[in-house]
Amino acid sequence: MAVLVIADHDNASLKDNTHKTVTAALAISGDVDVLVAGQGCKAVAEAAAKITGVRKVLLAESDALGQGLAEAVEGAVLPLMGNYDAVLTPATSQGKNFSPRLAAKLDVSQISEIVEVVDASTFVRPIYAGNALETVQSSDSKKVLTVRATSFKAAAEGGSAAVESIGAGDGAPGTTFVDQQLVKSARPELAGAKIVVSGGRAMGSAEEFQRVIEPLADKLGAAVGASRAAVDAGYAPNDYQVGQTGKVVAPELYVAIGISGAIQHLAGMKDSKVIVAINKDGDAPIFQIADYGLVADYKSAVPELMDALTAAGK
Amino acid sequence: MKVLVPVKRVIDYNVKARVKPDQSGVDLANVKMSMNPFCEIAVEEAVRQKEKGAVTEVVAVSIGPAQAQETLRTALAMGADRAILIQTDADPEPLAVAKLLKAVIAEESPDVVIMGKQAIDGDNNATGQMLSALLGWPQATFASAIELTAGKAKVTREVDGGLQTIEVALPAIVTADLRLNEPRYASLPNIMKAKKKPLDIKEAASLGVDLAPRLKVLKVAEPAKRSGGIKVETAADLVNKLKTEAGVL
Repeated sequence: MAVLVIADHDNASLKDNTHKTVTAALAISGDVDVLVAGQGCKAVAEAAAKITGVRKVLLAESDALGQGLAEAVEGAVLPLMGNYDAVLTPATSQGKNFSPRLAAKLDVSQISEIVEVVDASTFVRPIYAGNALETVQSSDSKKVLTVRATSFKAAAEGGSAAVESIGAGDGAPGTTFVDQQLVKSARPELAGAKIVVSGGRAMGSAEEFQRVIEPLADKLGAAVGASRAAVDAGYAPNDYQVGQTGKVVAPELYVAIGISGAIQHLAGMKDSKVIVAINKDGDAPIFQIADYGLVADYKSAVPELMDALTAAGK
Repeated sequence: MKVLVPVKRVIDYNVKARVKPDQSGVDLANVKMSMNPFCEIAVEEAVRQKEKGAVTEVVAVSIGPAQAQETLRTALAMGADRAILIQTDADPEPLAVAKLLKAVIAEESPDVVIMGKQAIDGDNNATGQMLSALLGWPQATFASAIELTAGKAKVTREVDGGLQTIEVALPAIVTADLRLNEPRYASLPNIMKAKKKPLDIKEAASLGVDLAPRLKVLKVAEPAKRSGGIKVETAADLVNKLKTEAGVL
């Protein structure tokens, strides 16, 4: 049985989530193909062909695919599903957008955000904001899975699979793309960053968030994250949000500043290798999972941390 | 313009879910239940659209046990005009929920469906997209702004790395993200008024949808606990530890 992985990319470059999803796919079957659906993304397909273990790369291109419209992706993938027993998509906002459509059209249940492949029909996934892990066995003939990429190691590169162009489907007739406002940032992307510095509601304002969190992140070469409370309050944009309803991250180092540690936030970062918490409330739940806790007001602690990093040659 | 708003009764947002000792599921006995937070945002949006004059009728629908009437009364107290309970004691999977909603839509013929992007119990984030696929109506997921005009909806969506704006032809499915709005608290007079608003109850079995689960839950376990570490006294101490002990700097 062959399985299909749908690549995560921005038309220009292939994202690491794809490599991690290939690892999950290889746990199901040795025959793994990758679909790159987009526009002007031949280089992405060539990058995907280098992932070790990939049998073949399929390339579908159209304007609607380049815009990532869900109906268009469904239209490109569905005709291929006669050849595959499972389709795996990284659980990014783009993957979550189209994957359930595939399940509905195939009349199967989607298994969302798997963190472990037990066997070809049994998977583990978090429920209740990661407070419980559910092991489910699917009786459906085809499996539609989204994959929590941080739970899988990235597949190595070194392969040389063939790239084959395929039909792009009919686009998204009921939808018109208007525009896109992407945050331009020189910082690493949150989902794949080695270090993440996150700020919470204690920041008190968007200006304070920028003044405190961003310079520290830049000093560490880190991505910037935020708690849901900080996003809710408008201190940080939504795509900074780490947690159950935002992004799930697992960096080498996670620095939580002024974050109390609500269940929903912990669900998004508790798999980080090393967690540092700075909070003036010594009883904050974040300290229960932090490897290193500093009970202090961020207003004095962050400047001291900046100085200490400078002294340490950072 | 008529809006249908599906709402789900789930464990309250502030309650920590606990796994049953026999690992058969999450213990919901004597646990506070509330409307799913994303469904609340969807109800709020529908009511605001009505207050703006873009919408004439807001119909809330819930699929669940008899107690889901309370969830529907909350929607009515927030400003929905009437409610429908599709009653079942089964806990249908998103695919079955989407099929039940499709059957409700065949009877109600709404111009737009506004619903939460995800329920905080199963965390599937699937029902809206499935419903869109089953109906062949366009979808606009993860909305942070919705503008309804004749025959179309302009929706700003939360995407990886920023925002995307699309226009979808109506009828369409829109799913609500966190920043769409901040739901109101129902006032006491509105809670009283909601008790008199119409609430129809239908048996899920009467809609001719196969509710049999496709997934068999083998086990529900608690995740491995992360143990707390140490407290450091100063920022310099912290940097030193990160460098020498943790090796992450």
